[in-house]
Amino acid sequence: METVLKEKISELFVKNKFKIFNNDPDEVKALRETAFADFLRLDFPTIKWEAWKNTDLKKVLDRDYNFYFEPAKEHIDIEKVFQCEVPDFDTHIISLYNGWYVYRDKPLTKLPDGTILGSFARAMEEYPEIILKHYNQYAKENKNGLNSLNTAYAQDGIFIYVPDGVETYKTIQMVNILNKEDNLFVQNRNLVIVGKNSKLTLVHCDDSHNHKSSFTNTVTEVFMDEGAKVDHYKLQNLNNITSLINSTFFYQSANSNLTSFAISLNGGLIRNDIRITLDGEGSNADINGLYLVDKEQHVDNQVFVDHAKPGCTSNELFKGILDDQSTAVFNGHILVRKDAQKTNAYQKNRNVLLSDKATVNAKPFLEIYADDVKCSHGATVGQLDDEAMFYIKSRGISEYNAKLLLMYAFAAEVINKITIVPLKDRIDDLVKKRLRGELAICDQCVLHCRNQEKIYDFNIDMSKI
Amino acid sequence: MEKDNNNIIQEVTRNDYKYGFVTNIEMETAPKGLNEDIIRYISNKKNEPDFMLQFRLKAYERWKNMIQPNWAHLKVPPIDYNEIIYYAAPKKKKELGSLDEVDPELLATFSKLGISLEEQKRLSGVAVDAVFDSVSVKTTFSETLQKHGIIFCSFSEAVQKHPDLVKQYMGSVVPPGDNFFAALNTAVFTDGSFCYIPKGVRCPVELSTYFRINSAGTGQFERTLIIADEGSYVSYMEGCTAPQRDENQLHAAVVEIVALKDAQVKYSTVQNWYPGDKNGKGGVYNFVTKRGMCKGNNSKISWTQVETGSAITWKYPSCVLLGDNSVGEFYSVAVTNHHQQADTGSKMTHIGKNTRSTIISKGISSGVGNNSYRGLVKILRRAENSRNFSQCDSLLLGDKCGAHTFPYIDAQNSTSIVEHEATTSKISDDQLFYCKQRGISTENAIGLIVNGYAREVLKQLPMEFAVEAQKLLTISLEGSVG
Repeated sequence: METVLKEKISELFVKNKFKIFNNDPDEVKALRETAFADFLRLDFPTIKWEAWKNTDLKKVLDRDYNFYFEPAKEHIDIEKVFQCEVPDFDTHIISLYNGWYVYRDKPLTKLPDGTILGSFARAMEEYPEIILKHYNQYAKENKNGLNSLNTAYAQDGIFIYVPDGVETYKTIQMVNILNKEDNLFVQNRNLVIVGKNSKLTLVHCDDSHNHKSSFTNTVTEVFMDEGAKVDHYKLQNLNNITSLINSTFFYQSANSNLTSFAISLNGGLIRNDIRITLDGEGSNADINGLYLVDKEQHVDNQVFVDHAKPGCTSNELFKGILDDQSTAVFNGHILVRKDAQKTNAYQKNRNVLLSDKATVNAKPFLEIYADDVKCSHGATVGQLDDEAMFYIKSRGISEYNAKLLLMYAFAAEVINKITIVPLKDRIDDLVKKRLRGELAICDQCVLHCRNQEKIYDFNIDMSKI
Repeated sequence: MEKDNNNIIQEVTRNDYKYGFVTNIEMETAPKGLNEDIIRYISNKKNEPDFMLQFRLKAYERWKNMIQPNWAHLKVPPIDYNEIIYYAAPKKKKELGSLDEVDPELLATFSKLGISLEEQKRLSGVAVDAVFDSVSVKTTFSETLQKHGIIFCSFSEAVQKHPDLVKQYMGSVVPPGDNFFAALNTAVFTDGSFCYIPKGVRCPVELSTYFRINSAGTGQFERTLIIADEGSYVSYMEGCTAPQRDENQLHAAVVEIVALKDAQVKYSTVQNWYPGDKNGKGGVYNFVTKRGMCKGNNSKISWTQVETGSAITWKYPSCVLLGDNSVGEFYSVAVTNHHQQADTGSKMTHIGKNTRSTIISKGISSGVGNNSYRGLVKILRRAENSRNFSQCDSLLLGDKCGAHTFPYIDAQNSTSIVEHEATTSKISDDQLFYCKQRGISTENAIGLIVNGYAREVLKQLPMEFAVEAQKLLTISLEGSVG
């Protein structure tokens, strides 16, 4: 069946070439052609691939998806569709609706500090020299069918440019909203450029507002110039039949500093592919992840840290709680290149299994070619500590509450690292709810669930009743 | 000091492989190449019953459709399987009755290796089965063992004398088509050791096999089968060497262990095949499949290995923990120097309830060697309360070598606990400084630190081996400096 989808994609590509290529500069057109050839050759990843061994896309690719090569004509009042429900969370929201930038026709927003935000397609027209310098520079190393497909197909996405020496005072929130009454196959391409000694806090959300099974294949490239600091949060609020392949590429220059969070609470199949290149001395990456999954959910966190230059540090912490038949994959790969001496790299993955039907696949992997390094990794799979349980119970706390307390404490190690206070409180709240089993998917959550009055539309043809 | 260290490294580099001599002994060899006729030839030569031939042919059929695995972190030059001689045996004049009848040239070879069959027999109480170019030449101590009902003989002898046991257990742990090298071995293996410990018997001596590749252009394909019946115990040792040659030689062995209820098997290896010269020329390709099955409840299999030889090592001694409360252990020290490459580790498959496994792996890389640990811990759904602890440490000596860790954890049971930890480091200047200011030379200090680093594994080895292993470690590494 995957071949059916592949055929459909290749047919559509040929048929809609003029729409996809649109106003692209020639270089980008050429890039798309090669990427498309790559996709045809590489195909969708299968479980025969080492990196995809535990994430089987077959079932999701068997579904029929629709592709759109033009944004819908309808007028969208994005403020009505999407309201960020994190209390007191003051952000600058830029949204994609079904994969298209909402205010596509308007020029790019230019903030007073010089930061430029807006549609990726639009940026390609207005700032081709910036785009060409960075576009596909960081993602090209990771050759797989989905990335190639994204390069070939993606028509829109978000573009953020922070000039040198600017500290963005407001958090920028990128939101991709899926809301269409058919199975969408969406491909976004985002490019974030952070100048020298600049600072950016970025929250990247994927939301679905329907009960259709969509497939989102997002590629985000983040370029960090010398001394840049980026705080990156990846959240999603998707229904349980949606698939999200989220590939994020960070390129770090000297003395840059990255903190990244991948928090997976809701979604059917989620794969966070985080690839970091530490290509400058003294750069530092902190990569954190938290996943609380149940039912048939599948979360796959792939983290690749490439220590290309000496004196860099990286620190990974991924924790997960699994219930029901859910599955989680952690695949951490640290590569220390020959001359990357004085490297410190740490990796930690801890999992708690609550049910006998849940599965964890962990592969913390070190590849080291330099000798003056300190690297360590650890992975554990287990249950809550019996002794701790006993201790709490001996203080008169019921087993149920003791369990909640311990699970919460387990997750809190990651949550406490979040520096945006309103966001931290919100996630904290959600995790607690989730642990209590109060967080049903219909609550439409991650950033939304304060809005209890939200009305859902069901398209019922009244005349037939 | 830097200069000093370099000198020492060079000295070590010049250290010759002391087992690199060739024995001139009349050999009987099969023609080069691999095809059905060769397999029939081998089977016929060994006068095997039909089930053996069918077993070999089945494996060959499977092998033909397999490709050499390339997933390991190794650079394996292409191997032409048709350029290898699959059968080489010392020419036999007549059946050997006692040690006196063994070719004196052969005996000399083994005493040169420090495996004096005669001496071993008398002094150390270790029963030895010596395998010379794939053919078992002599098993000592058989009579003593027979008193306890223990069968310890060459594989070919077992096929003739105990076909039922062979038929029942051969291939039950490593099936003919298990992997490329196992299938190759199954098709062409010429000899090996066979061992059966009857119910409730605690084997009074350590059993030992010594493997030696001698002829040029031959591959060594031996097969070991150990069956520990209910409540029995055996400690088994394996050692190996090969002459120094410029060409690469292939060694693809299979070891199968079956531990029935309450049985315990301890398997120790000191692997010292010729590693090639310092430019990476020559050396043995060591592609070995070792697997133990804890079939009965409360059984235990423990692997200990010291890997210092071979140009390429591809070896994953594993345990299938089928019986409830069964235990699997893996202790390993792997050293790579010069151009040596090693991809080794263990696989623990937890199937039964309350099964436990421990993996302790110590990798040491120096020169331009690459040393990888690759392991899998798999906890199946019904393996309740199972427990695994893995620790794999790497020590880097020099900035041109590589150390890698590829642990896989698949856990499907919520009552099980899996822990994995690993560190990579070099010998710290602090440690060296401390030793040196106590008047210990750099060379000795490194020997001390490396031996201390590997202690946890070395202490698992039987005494006879521990001494050899410690010496080997020092030879391979003294003077290298991180």
